Amino acid sequence: MKDMTWFTLLSTVGALAAIAIGVAFPAMAMGRAITQALDALARQPEAEKSVMRTLFIGLAMIESLAIYVLMVVLIVLFRNPLLEYLLK
Amino acid sequence: MGKPELFEKLAFDLGPFHVGATVLTTWLLMGLLAGLGWFGTRRLGVRAPMRLQTGLEGMALALHAAIEAVAPGHARRLLPFVGTLWLFIAAANLIGLVPGLRSPTGDLSLTVALAMLVFLSVHWFGIRIDGLKTYLRHYLSPNPILLPFHVLGEVTRTLALAIRLFGNMMSLEMAALLVLLVAGFLAPVPLLMLHVVEALVQAYIFGMLALVYIAGALQSQELQKRSNP
Repeated sequence: MKDMTWFTLLSTVGALAAIAIGVAFPAMAMGRAITQALDALARQPEAEKSVMRTLFIGLAMIESLAIYVLMVVLIVLFRNPLLEYLLK
Repeated sequence: MGKPELFEKLAFDLGPFHVGATVLTTWLLMGLLAGLGWFGTRRLGVRAPMRLQTGLEGMALALHAAIEAVAPGHARRLLPFVGTLWLFIAAANLIGLVPGLRSPTGDLSLTVALAMLVFLSVHWFGIRIDGLKTYLRHYLSPNPILLPFHVLGEVTRTLALAIRLFGNMMSLEMAALLVLLVAGFLAPVPLLMLHVVEALVQAYIFGMLALVYIAGALQSQELQKRSNP
């Protein structure tokens, strides 16, 4: 049962660290994108439509990185394929 | 996920296929949208249009204008596909707020199916508008070395499209459930209000990305036509 304790501990710590880092960097990237878009909007308010459209698409692209991290973390926590080796 | 499921009890097997809650909710949505379209266009009038007709016309015009801004000149051809994506995904995301029902977009099978539709329609519209040869040639431009990257890009962006919608809807639902577990009855209501905004934004993004991918396939051909007539 010692192995199981280590496995649980390490996968929990790893998942928490992964989600923390994996969300922090996309958040920084999104912040940069939004600042730049607001700068562009302040300079040229008439370009609002195309700026907003491009901003949304870019945000979706960045956001999907965070979603990938979430997927991996959920797999590690709930459906870890490596668990089979321990339970055999 | 622990919630009472209206459609889970109605699930049945059709030969080798399991018709579960996701498929049944999708059928309900299809029926609702089709019924709305049929009811709104039953008695069309120019002099004194019904209120519903005016609403539907406004919606169609807004969708047309949004597509026209990204793919000028192709809006009439793209409107049926992209407009349907927008309406269906918005309705599918929002139906999760009805008690007893779950968003079918929180199921990976449905989002993968939608992403594969987008993947196929990119080629369909590209080949249909400019012919097979010119369309295939854009994979070899600007250099045949880039062919693997083109193919890789097609696959990963389709995967990303599916995972994005699924991950967003599933994580929203899961967050609401966790708040319900931690804080108790009625506590997740503010989170569900965020759900409304997020549902509409995700529907907009999915349709817009599909539109951008299709427009990219069309535009690369128009640029090529202009450069070597």
